[in-house]
Amino acid sequence: MSLLSTPHLIGIKELSRADIDLIFSTAENFKEVINRTIKKVPSLRDITIANLFFENSTRTRLSFELAEKRLSADIINFSASSSSVSKGETLIDTVNNILAMKTDMVVMRHPNAGAALFLSKHVKAKIVNAGDGAHEHPTQALLDAFSIREKVGDLAGKKVAIIGDILHSRVALSNIFCLQKLGAEVMVCGPATLIPKYVASLGVKVETDLRKALEWCDVANMLRIQLERQDIRYFPSIREYIMQYGLTKEILNSLSKEIIVMHPGPINRGVEITSEVADSSQSIILEQVENGVAIRMAVIYLLAS
Amino acid sequence: MQKRLLLNSVNFDITIKRLCYQLIENHDDFANSALIGLQPRGVFVASRIHHHLSSILNIKTIHLGHLDITFYRDDFRRREIVAPSETKIDFEVENKKVVLIDDVLYTGRTIRAGMDALLDLGRPQKVELLTLIDRRYSRHLPIAPDYTGLQVDTIASEKVKVQWKETDGEDSVWLI
Repeated sequence: MSLLSTPHLIGIKELSRADIDLIFSTAENFKEVINRTIKKVPSLRDITIANLFFENSTRTRLSFELAEKRLSADIINFSASSSSVSKGETLIDTVNNILAMKTDMVVMRHPNAGAALFLSKHVKAKIVNAGDGAHEHPTQALLDAFSIREKVGDLAGKKVAIIGDILHSRVALSNIFCLQKLGAEVMVCGPATLIPKYVASLGVKVETDLRKALEWCDVANMLRIQLERQDIRYFPSIREYIMQYGLTKEILNSLSKEIIVMHPGPINRGVEITSEVADSSQSIILEQVENGVAIRMAVIYLLAS
Repeated sequence: MQKRLLLNSVNFDITIKRLCYQLIENHDDFANSALIGLQPRGVFVASRIHHHLSSILNIKTIHLGHLDITFYRDDFRRREIVAPSETKIDFEVENKKVVLIDDVLYTGRTIRAGMDALLDLGRPQKVELLTLIDRRYSRHLPIAPDYTGLQVDTIASEKVKVQWKETDGEDSVWLI
C-alpha cells in the first residue's frame, strides 16, 4: 500500500487525488472502529502528539484529541492563552521545546496564514495543519467531502455552493481545492465585499444572489460570519445579512429539488442558518462532526506510518 | 528456486473437509459458535469451511465474520503499511465459542493481533485457532493451533503460497 505523497498535512493544495482517496478509504475503516463498543485501536501507542492551539477552537481540538486517543497515541495539549507565548517566546522556540520532550507529531492551529508551512520547514516533526489564518483547514475540507460522498456517492459532477464569509474563511479555500480535486463544481456565494477579488481564478463560479446559488447546487455549505476577523464593516448590519443570506426553511422548501445542507460550525443560529434548517433532515451537520474524528484518525495514522 | 507442491486440489479438498469434521466434534451444531476469518487470506479459508459445514450439517445459520487486524499489528512504522480491510462481524462475540481462522501460521504475530482485535469486540467464552498450514519451528510467540490442515517444516527464506479457486483458478498449496 502506498503512503501519502507528503510528509505533512499543510493544505489540500499539496495533496493528490490518490492521497485524498487513500485518506477516505482509511477513514471508512476507522469509522467502523469508532462505532464499536471498544472504540480504540493500539496502532499509535508509541507515538506522542502535541496539540498546539494558538487560536480558540472547540470542535477541531476535541476532534483531534479524540482521534489521537482512539489511536492510543499519547498527547499533550497546549493553548496559547495559558503559555509562555504570552511572555514573548517565538513559535519555533515553543515548538522545539515541546519536541525536546520527544514528541513525534504536531497538530497546530494558528491565526497566521502559513504558520504550519513555516513550522514544517524549521522543526523535525510531522505537522498537521488544524487551520492557519484564512489560508487552509485541510481536515475540515476532507471531512466535508467525505460526508458529501457518504450521502450522494461520487463527487464527480456534483455542484457544491459555499455560502457566507468567503473572504475570511480557511474552510472555503480548502473546500474549493478538495472538491475540485474530486471532480465537483464549486460556487461561492456571499456579499460582494466578503468574496475575495481573485477567487474566480481558482475556477469557481461566483454568485451574490443566495436563491440563484441554491437553485444551482446539490449541496450548500453554509459558513459563519467571522466577526472576530473583520477589522472593518463589510455589510451594513447583521440583520441585513440575515435578510439576504440567511438560509431558512421557506427558501429550502421553495427550491425545485432537495439539497443537502452543511455547516462546519460553530453555528450562529438565526444568522446564516435558522434552527429549523440546522436541525432538519436535510442537514448533515452532526454527521460531519462524527466523520471528523474518522478523517483525523486516518490522517494521523497515515502520516505516522 | 524450485517450487514444491504441498497440497493439490484433491488433497486440499480432503484437508478442508477433515477440518470441518474436527470442528463438528467440538462444536456440535455451532449454535453458540462462530467462525472468524482473519483478513485478508484467512477469509478464504473461513468461507470455504463455512460453506462445507453448512452443507454437511444442513444448517444455514452458522455465524461467519471477517476480522481486520491492521490497526493491531505490532510492526507499525517498522515496515510498509498494509491497506486496512473490512471488519464485518454482524453478531455478538460475547460468550460465543470463536474459531479464529487464518491460512498460514508462521511467527504467530498475526494471531496475537487477531486475538487483541477480537477481544476488543467482546468477551468470547472460548477462542480456538484453525490454520490451513502450520509452519513449525518458526514461532516468535507462544501460539499453537487447535486445528491444522497440514504441518510443514520450512526455512525462513521459503514462502508458503495458498491458492484459491476463486482467485487463482485452482486450490493448491505451494512451497516456494
